[in-house]
Amino acid sequence: MSAVTSQVIQERKAVEAPMSWGRRIGIGAFLVLLGVVSLWFLGLRLEGGSRAHLQLGPRSGSAHVPDLVLPGVATGMAIGVVLLGLAAWALVRGFRVSQLGWVLGGSLTLFLIAFLSWVSAHGKGIEVDLIGLLKNSIGLAVPLMLGALSGVLCERSGVINIAIEGQLLAGAFGGALLGSVLGSWVGLVGAAVAGAFIGAILAVFAIKYVVNQIVLGVVLNVFALGLTGFFYDAFMQQNADKLNAPEVFGPINIPVLSGIPVLGPLLFQANIVVYLTYVLIVVIDVALFRTRWGLRTRAVGEHPKAADTVGIKVLAMRYRNVIMGGAVAGLGGAYFTLGSVGAFGKNISSGNGFIALAALIFGRWSPRGAVAAALLFGFASALQTLLSITVPGIPSNFLAMLPYVATILAVAGLVGKVRAPAADGEPYVKS
Amino acid sequence: MTETEAEDPAADAQQIAGKTQGPGGKSRATRGGGNVLVTLLAFVVAMVIGGILIAISDSQTQAATKYFFSWPFDTFSYGAQAAWHGYEALFQGAVFNPRIAANHTLAGYLGPISETLVNATPLILGGLSVGVAFRAGLFNIGGQGQIIAGAVIAGYIGFSWHLPVVLHVVVAVAGGALGGALWGGLAGWLKARTGAHEVITTIMLNYVAAAFLAYLLSVKGFQAPPYGQAISNPIDDNARLPALLGGTLRVHAGLFLALAGAVLIWWLLERSTLGFRLKAVGANQFASRTAGMNVERSFVVVMLIAGALSGLAGACQSLGTNVQITQDIDAGIGFDAITVALLGRAKPWGTVLAGLLFGALHAGGTQLQSATGTPIDLVQVIQSLIVLFIAAPAVIRAIFRLRTSGSGVGQELAKGWNG
Repeated sequence: MSAVTSQVIQERKAVEAPMSWGRRIGIGAFLVLLGVVSLWFLGLRLEGGSRAHLQLGPRSGSAHVPDLVLPGVATGMAIGVVLLGLAAWALVRGFRVSQLGWVLGGSLTLFLIAFLSWVSAHGKGIEVDLIGLLKNSIGLAVPLMLGALSGVLCERSGVINIAIEGQLLAGAFGGALLGSVLGSWVGLVGAAVAGAFIGAILAVFAIKYVVNQIVLGVVLNVFALGLTGFFYDAFMQQNADKLNAPEVFGPINIPVLSGIPVLGPLLFQANIVVYLTYVLIVVIDVALFRTRWGLRTRAVGEHPKAADTVGIKVLAMRYRNVIMGGAVAGLGGAYFTLGSVGAFGKNISSGNGFIALAALIFGRWSPRGAVAAALLFGFASALQTLLSITVPGIPSNFLAMLPYVATILAVAGLVGKVRAPAADGEPYVKS
Repeated sequence: MTETEAEDPAADAQQIAGKTQGPGGKSRATRGGGNVLVTLLAFVVAMVIGGILIAISDSQTQAATKYFFSWPFDTFSYGAQAAWHGYEALFQGAVFNPRIAANHTLAGYLGPISETLVNATPLILGGLSVGVAFRAGLFNIGGQGQIIAGAVIAGYIGFSWHLPVVLHVVVAVAGGALGGALWGGLAGWLKARTGAHEVITTIMLNYVAAAFLAYLLSVKGFQAPPYGQAISNPIDDNARLPALLGGTLRVHAGLFLALAGAVLIWWLLERSTLGFRLKAVGANQFASRTAGMNVERSFVVVMLIAGALSGLAGACQSLGTNVQITQDIDAGIGFDAITVALLGRAKPWGTVLAGLLFGALHAGGTQLQSATGTPIDLVQVIQSLIVLFIAAPAVIRAIFRLRTSGSGVGQELAKGWNG
């Protein structure tokens, strides 16, 4: 038996197809471009002797780290040479498909370091706060990650969730309202309940009344936008100090962990919504792939009939997951009102739910992939904010396109065609 | 799925675009149970819920709830009054207002209808855009970006070229359609070429278009002097879509574009080979491929068409409704158009009717807000509830205890992401 298995594994290794020539040349050309830009523009064109200051954490306190000071020209050149080397390898030998993610990810990271070093060296005395940049990325990504996780819960069990935007909005509203009246902690619960409310409507109409789930999601987004906007205008705005002034959660320093240089300030000095997000990412990822619930969820999403045959309650599973998903997205909405802004405003989620949906698809319906995609998007947004401050000359509106163009390029260039759970969007009706 | 099924309104509400072909045959069970009635009742239920919302936002009703348990009658009567006045205002804003008609002018009689048609024009075009993409199995959330692309190019031709009468407006409108087509076609091309999901790319292209518009509105040559506001140069008189009724009535020739678009799309989908191919791909792309159709090319073609329709909606916005481009030139039409297409079941005539209905709700909502202080967001709530209940006839049947015939109710099976 084991011999057979190992033979199968060996065959699989041998079968892994080499990359097509077109793709190989495309990747090589891309790396050459990065390398040349890095070598020439970010390296050689810099004034000799200019130095880059990259800040890696607070300058004082227990977790302080000295700034990273890099020679401008040498950094750009060195990274350029490495990138050109990778390009040469890609063109001559070619990378395997399985290595591609690492190679491209690494190259982009190197390129970004060269770029940020150039920003600092070129600006003469501008200090680029790397940790601040990454921390902003996480902050911007929190609603996206939670929204995408909501999508994972729903769609892995076979219900399409386009209503993420509506769930975020409902969560933000519920959080602000209950947070103002009864305190932020109750607000957090309220946000989850409000998100779950939209999730419950989605579940009932999708599962009981077998309404087309794309229609349903779109309609629920409009419904949530209209309803929160209506209540905001009719009640909240007039009594803003009573009904729309929740206290924002302050940062909590986790003992010991927050003292780790670099990582401490980045990850462990955040507020409760961010920590909840970490927990939910881990819990959902582990639960989905390592527990009985997860196996059943995936079975229901891939082949509900088979799942039903072995005694899994398909509809109950779907109800539960969709409502839970709504609650998770509701927490993501709470990040707007209780985690950062401190007040509800009309359409405060401003399309984040749709970006979360994109992250879900981009991440191929897996928790890790979705979270990574959300973080990528958050990073692109944070980078855009940083550049609009530090690099005058590029019109800020072009920078504002950066996250979206980056997503399109990533989806078109790297991800390509994706496959949703097989029964995603198909109501299950016992016959 | 046959032609007869196409006439079955409530039962195939969920069948966006023949997505339910095949197993959808089960929907025959709901046939003949008074589907017009269900549609009407869905409308009534949505309006009742809207009325409750108007009532609870009314200050007099709120005051009466303070003594609800000693004299509940006041709460209900004030609430009912508020709802009645609200819907009266909605009707006056959308259809006929006896007070302004009393001065016996054309504008007095037709003002509200004109507003309804102005609002309906881009909604119909946008709805057709979303609908035609649905029919080919694509979900075009990119209406916003395509409208912006169309509005920008139509507007740019409109204020920077100086062409003779008639020619100018024709060129500008064509430019708008072209702009939208390119923007939509880009998403189609990306899907055909790389498999990138159109939901992602169209959403992202919306933001790119919005940012590009913001850039243009800060550039000399596009921005209107004295360059203080983010607003474009005004469109030349020659390039404006002519007003149909003259005077202060805003309804413009864009309405004919919308109706022509509906005819064209009807012809395309029901009478042309291309339309058949698009619908086949929408119904089952794998079978279509096996049958020798070029699925990828269909994606590009349908997104070009959908984009052109949204681009026309944008041209109507910049050449007709507004005569200067601002940042909110799309006015949320890209997303409202999705509900229009859903209510119209992705069929051209259904879309026209749905566009008129939602246009009326928008026009009336403005009057509702100014006359009674009820937030205009109510319109969105009503809009979503109408679509929701029409898509779920079983709910309406349950509320009104209508007889359900046959076995399953509304068992239309829908397809998911994988086509």
